[in-house]
Amino acid sequence: MAGLETPTAGTVTMDPPVKGDAGGIAFVFQQPSLLPWRTALQNVVLPLDLIGKGSPVSRREIASDLLETVGLKEAATHFPSQLSGGMKMRVSIARALVTDPHVLLLDEPFAALDDMLRNQLGQLLLEIWERRRLTVVMVTHNIAESVLLSQRIAVMREGALASVLENPLPRPRTEDIRTTVEFGDFYGQVSHALRGE
Amino acid sequence: MTAVSSPRQREILMSVTLVATVACIVLAAWEFVVWKFDFPKALLPTPRQCWNAAVLERLALFRATLSTGFAAFSGLLVAVVVGYGLAAVFSQSRSLRLALFPYVILLQTVPIVAIAPLLIVWSGYTFRTVLIVTAIVCLFPIVNSVTGGLLSTQQDTNDLFRLYGAGRWKRLLHLQIPSSVNHLMLGVKTSSGLAVIGAIVAEFFVGNSTSYDGLGTLMTGWANLLKTDALVSAVFASAMLGILLFGTVHLISNVFLRRWTQFATTTS
Repeated sequence: MAGLETPTAGTVTMDPPVKGDAGGIAFVFQQPSLLPWRTALQNVVLPLDLIGKGSPVSRREIASDLLETVGLKEAATHFPSQLSGGMKMRVSIARALVTDPHVLLLDEPFAALDDMLRNQLGQLLLEIWERRRLTVVMVTHNIAESVLLSQRIAVMREGALASVLENPLPRPRTEDIRTTVEFGDFYGQVSHALRGE
Repeated sequence: MTAVSSPRQREILMSVTLVATVACIVLAAWEFVVWKFDFPKALLPTPRQCWNAAVLERLALFRATLSTGFAAFSGLLVAVVVGYGLAAVFSQSRSLRLALFPYVILLQTVPIVAIAPLLIVWSGYTFRTVLIVTAIVCLFPIVNSVTGGLLSTQQDTNDLFRLYGAGRWKRLLHLQIPSSVNHLMLGVKTSSGLAVIGAIVAEFFVGNSTSYDGLGTLMTGWANLLKTDALVSAVFASAMLGILLFGTVHLISNVFLRRWTQFATTTS
């Protein structure tokens, strides 16, 4: 979907279609993938530098705002080696958002983090989604995470699409929703679909 | 006695003590061997005779160390510029790399003493010849190391740059060059010792002090006069020059290029 690979079969349709110029689609990798010689702020600025959008000053302003959004205003001048795993992931998310993309792709972004951080960053993602209303496609192996965050879940099994489930849970969702009956029911459904029952 | 506080200070003190101990033992053994077997001064002078010769010839030694140091440093600089340029070309095209890299290896394997007379034919008994010889000796470690550095970018980061439509030039500028700095400094450190060797070997050939008086020139002159004590002091001067050059490169790497060299190994 990011255009990094050529599909072996089928097509990718986006509605509304994403414009051809770079920055419409953003990607968050499993690893933070920050450049170690750039500070947190400079890492967030990078996509704008690469696209060549705006003046250097305006780029820094946009990046600075985004660092504030992800709660890292104080760490702007820190280098990645001075940041914790969770903070690096936040910088990585801020970097993905800096081009104001229509589509945000996340490939198991929190897989390497512990549960506490995973939940924190999940909530952060929900906040960003509610404020910006962009399309987010997230790949995860964690059922609870998918149930908590999603609108719709596409279950993949053996490399093929198995089923698509609409998420009935109301919004806004907080951590408390994990203890409700609805959460448990839908968790069961996804779990069944994953096992092919 | 001053109080030694931090573990780091203690470590430095310890290594200095060890190195000094080895030096004392070697010097004492050397003095003993000369005394025991009664070697003539022209064959093997004692450490004290060498020191006296160094003091006597201090002006010539100092000037020669300066000129050889200048030659080694300039040659190293030329090698960095040429080597980086070659590596940058190699990193951009696989076919160019395959076509030309073997010739860079060839340049490395041909003995420099075989090329030096040829270079004198072409370039004469000049400082330029010394510079070229030094640069050739220094070139390979730099080209090899930097080419590796420019090509060793991570898959995720490559994807990131592709996602934002970064072209060849932006990739080179924002990704490949910054990530190659660490490799460059490793190559330059290896070459800094070679630079002194290259300069001295070149001076052996370019020879007479009328156009250039480096350590190599002094050494051949003193060898012909059987001034072995002065010769040994020149050997120590060239060793110190190598250490000085290495230290300078190390300092540049750790102080001015810290941003690229300190964190480059822990890419995340």
